[in-house]
This record gives sequence, C-alpha cells and structure tokens, in this order.
Amino acid sequence: MIRKFIHLHSLREWLFIFTILAIATVLLPLFNILVPEESVLHVPNYMFALMGKYLCYALVALAIDLIWGYTGILSLGHGVFFSAGGYAMGMYLMRSVGKEGVYKSDLPDFMVFLDWKELPWYWYGFDSFIFTLLVILILPALFAFTFGYFAFKSRIKGVYFAIITQAMTFALMLLFFRNETGFGGNNGLTDFKRILGYSLQEPSTKMSLYIITAIILFLSYILSRYVVQSKLGRVLTAIRDAESRVMFSGYNTVHYKLFIWTLSAFLCGIAGALYVPQVGIINPSEMQPSNSIEMAIWVAVGGRGTLSGALVGAGLVNGAKSWFTVAAPDYWLYFLGTLFIVVTLYFPKGFTGIFARFNSKEKSKEST
Amino acid sequence: MTGVHIKDDSIDTTHGCILYLEEVTVSFDGFKALNDLNLYIDDGELRCIIGPNGAGKTTMMDVITGKTRPDYGTVFFGQNHDLTKMTEYEISHAGIGRKFQKPTVFLNHTVFENLELALHTQKDVWQSLTQSLTGEQRDIIDEDMETIGLKEQKYLRAGLLSHGQKQWLEIGMLLVQDPRLLLIDEPVAGMTHQETEHTAELLKSLAGKHSIVVVEHEMDFIRSIANRVTVLHEGHVLADGKMEDVQNDPKVIEVYLGS
Ligand SMILES: Nc1ncnc2c1ncn2[C@@H]1O[C@H](COP(=O)(O)OP(=O)(O)OP(=O)(O)O)[C@@H](O)[C@H]1O
Ligand SMILES: [Mg+2]
Repeated sequence: MIRKFIHLHSLREWLFIFTILAIATVLLPLFNILVPEESVLHVPNYMFALMGKYLCYALVALAIDLIWGYTGILSLGHGVFFSAGGYAMGMYLMRSVGKEGVYKSDLPDFMVFLDWKELPWYWYGFDSFIFTLLVILILPALFAFTFGYFAFKSRIKGVYFAIITQAMTFALMLLFFRNETGFGGNNGLTDFKRILGYSLQEPSTKMSLYIITAIILFLSYILSRYVVQSKLGRVLTAIRDAESRVMFSGYNTVHYKLFIWTLSAFLCGIAGALYVPQVGIINPSEMQPSNSIEMAIWVAVGGRGTLSGALVGAGLVNGAKSWFTVAAPDYWLYFLGTLFIVVTLYFPKGFTGIFARFNSKEKSKEST
Repeated sequence: MTGVHIKDDSIDTTHGCILYLEEVTVSFDGFKALNDLNLYIDDGELRCIIGPNGAGKTTMMDVITGKTRPDYGTVFFGQNHDLTKMTEYEISHAGIGRKFQKPTVFLNHTVFENLELALHTQKDVWQSLTQSLTGEQRDIIDEDMETIGLKEQKYLRAGLLSHGQKQWLEIGMLLVQDPRLLLIDEPVAGMTHQETEHTAELLKSLAGKHSIVVVEHEMDFIRSIANRVTVLHEGHVLADGKMEDVQNDPKVIEVYLGS
C-alpha cells in the first residue's frame, strides 16, 4: 500500500511537493515569528488568513477537477457542498460563543433577535466539536450521494446535469435567505469568538488554522492523485471520453460516477468548514449560482484533468480577484468572463497546457 | 456490487442456441427499424448478417446489448437470460461483447490501457481502486497485442492510431473481455486489403470457442468467412442460408440491385 503511494510521483516531483509543503507550513510561519516586524522579510499576520482562504479555494478546485476534469461531469453547484461544510462549522462556532453575544443569551444572537425562545432541534449537537466534525465529513457527501444517485441513475448528463446543479444551489440559497430556516437569514452566521477554546482573534490561532488547511490540502491532493492514478481513475477518464464503451465493457458507470461525485463533495465540504473560521462568516451568498460557476472557472483556467492545474488556477484567479477588488472592483466580472472565454477558445488545457507546451514533450511512461 | 459474476458458465445452451430473437419490433417515431425480426444463433457459430443501409443491422445489435429496448418481442441469451430486462453492463458480464460500427476506443488512453480496461476481471469500484494487474493478466494483454498486431504501439495513445488500427484495437478489447458471443459491426471498414484478410483469419480462428455475429457490407470479406448468411431488409429477415444460395436468391438481388 505504502509502495503504491510512493510510486504516485517521481523522486523529483516528490522533492518539489515537499519543498512547497515545507515552505508553506514551516518557513512562512518562521518568517512571521522570528523575523522582526520592520524587516521586509517579515510575513505579516493578516497574510495567514488570506493564504488560508486561498488554500480552501484550492481544495475546492481539486474537488471539481476530479468530477469535471477527469470524469467530464460539469457541476455548477459545488457551492452547496462548500456551504454545507461551512454552515456546519459556523453552527459550532456560534454555539461556542456561549453567552458572550450582544444579547448575553445562550442562544445565537440572530435567534434572540427573531424572538425565538429555544434552539431548533437541528442545532442540537453542535456544541460538540466531535459531532460537528462528523457532520462536516458526512453531510455534504451524503447529500451529494442522494442527489447523484437519482441524477446518474436517470442518466442525466452534460448540460442538463450542470443546469440541475445550478438550480439546486439557487434553490438552497433562497431557502437559506429566509430567517425562518434558522441559519441566520441573509446575514448568515458570523461574530464568532473562538474555536476549541482558542480565540479566533489571536494570530497564533489564525496561523494554526492556516497550517492545518495546508496539511489537509496536501493530504487531499495525495488522495486524489492516488484515485486518478489507479485503474479507477482510468475508468473515469474513459467514462468522460466514451461512456457507452465503458458500459459495454462491463462497468456499472453509475457506481463510478457516484463514487467520484461523492468524494468531490466530501472534499468540498471540508474546504467550506476550513474556510469559515478563517474568514469569519458564512452566508447564503456562498450559494449564489455565480459562485459555483466561478469555482469551475478556476479549474478551466488552471487546466482540467491534471490536479495541479486546478490548484494553480484557484491561486491565479483568486489572486487576480484580490487585486481587482482593490484596484477596479467594477471590472472584475468582465475580466472573469473574458478570461473564461479566452481560455475555453484558445487554451482548452488551461495554464498547465501552456506551460507543458514550453516544456519538452512528455515521455510516455508505463502505467501501473 | 459483489454479485457480479467473473465467469458466468450458467448460460443454458442445451437446445444448441446461444441467442434467440423472436418477433422483435423496434420503432422510432412510428418508423419500424426492426419489424417482427426472428433470428437464432447457434452456439459456436460464425454468422454473417448483410443488408442494405438502414436495414436495421445496427439496431439489432443495440437491442441485443441493451442499448435500445424493443417495443415488442423477446431476446434471450441462452435459454435463461432475458436481455430485455438487463442493463448494458450486466449483459456484458453475462458474456456478450460488442464492436461498434464507428470504432469506439478510449482515445486518451494508451493501447495497453485500453486493453486493461476491457480485460475480463472484477469491475466494481472498490476493485478498480485497490487492485493492480497481476503478471498473468499482463501476459494476457501482451498476447492479445500480438494477435491484433499492436505490440509496437503498446504505449501509444489510441487517438494516434490509424482507422484500421483502431478497428483492431476494438476487436482486441473484445477478445480480452472473453465473451461467449461477439457482435461485430462492420469490422473491416477503412482497412487495407491485407488488414481485411488478416481480420478474416482472426474471426475464423475464433469461431467454435465463441459464437460470432458479423455485420458487413464488404462481400469478398463475407465470402471468405461465412458459412451461413442472413439478409436483413426493412427490419426483418429476407433470406437466410449458404452464401451461394443467398446470392442467387431473386429477392435478395432485387433488394440489392433495385435500390
Ligand atoms: N435512434 C434512432 N432514432 C431514429 N431513427 C433511428 C435511430 N437509430 C436508427 N434509426 C433508423 O433506423 C433504421 C435502421 O438503422 P440501422 O442503423 O440499424 O441500420 P443499419 O442496417 O445498421 O445500416 P448501415 O448499413 O447504414 O449501418 C435507419 O433508417 C435509421 O435511420
Ligand atoms: Mg449499421
């Protein structure tokens, strides 16, 4: 088993990956702690929350690449799984506020504001971190499984599938906008105080969250790489390229699609859960249809079906977005739209495709 | 998912037949692509099916492999498998393999990987995730590449193969799938004369161990392999018998020359 994991990459690639991991999780924190604040080499505190956020986006892109890049199923509803994980974490953080809210009540502020007298049943259990963790790991996956079961079984594909996922995220957004739904309405969940007893204002907490996110992203990448490099991964790309041939070769493609779809939602839910404490808020706008479209664009820009392309794409697009929202906020959507069109028309393999063109031709290697 | 049979020996052919099509009718928007079609294939037989364009030959294969459901009629594999009630992958597992009219291979996979995916083995999610090829399975694939003459192209992406080579690869994929019944739709389209001869040799060598149904337009090819030929026209059987007899049948001549 361990051998199999080692063989996922060549020695050079492993060195590269571990170097990046070491820089992210050891070097940058050290440059924050050890280098004096006046120095240009000092990594400021706010950087960690920002980078943590980017890493969450990268995890989302990774998840989307599995289902879209490798299996050819375009989802425009991953915002839902992201939000499911995010809201679960948000509920825990709300319960951890205790009586320190504005109204000094045991109930979350927004419930007091709505004049609710007791906690709705579906908020039970979120006092416990273990319970919350289980919800984060199970709920998005379970939801995706159920949704996927019906969609794939009735052979919904391509554009139809994408549209249904858009409808799903839109419907849930509307549901969560309502105050009566019990998740804070359009304000969502915010004003968190602490996680596991550690203050969320503390730079050390933020840095820890960032490091945890980096490690989880690393592990998710390895897991995804293992999946796509296995025979199952080859079945997935085969489904993408010629599904009927796969069926006539004796594969129940519904099971394969369900597996990767559920795995993708699982990773996306974890990303959402990591995102919320670092950003400090979760609200229904995460489920805006355009949000899920943007997630797909990260992958398209980075390059589909490579995993690493997805990570790069999430970084590039969000880097550009951060710059635009400061420099020219009104033009961001125009830029994004143009970028998407240019990439689809001229660089169907995205950024990694351009990069590979400059590199020498890839050598064909024996598959294992 | 564990109920999938690796080797299904339970096909009941005690009456000598492996495939039964009876009164099969398929209509598309009122147009009958198959019209009261009756066809029986013997176990181990090599049968050729000919017929003008639109006769319903491909539709017949769609019905047998579960891609299209008949409006009426029965389709049995052996006496015990009702194909109209099975899904595509179940039919494949029961032992029916198919080559499409338009060669369909995995263009982004290498020749080797194409064969790996087709190989007869457990095909559920968990197996695919955890299992890798055994030495024995590699040998089977190597042997198969020898048979279809693509040994040199082992690591070549299938998308880079010539049309004829793709046809061969698809046939090779059928072979490693090890089916009892092979349905082969226009195998020599786009092949050179030599490749065609080679294909004829191969199919003849397979008969006996497997039952084979070949659809083709290329008459020389048919002549070189066929024992028994069935002529399909407007969705049902027009004539059936030895190649010489069928060729001289006035009904057949009319259909072929009159159009
Ligand atoms: N999905 C479909 N919808 C509507 N009509 C169809 C469909 N599939 C086949 N047909 C029609 O059914 C008839 C039989 O088609 P089929 O493909 O079985 O013919 P064929 O004998 O394989 O011909 P060819 O020699 O050209 O391959 C044709 O008239 C075709 O247009
Ligand atoms: Mg045809």
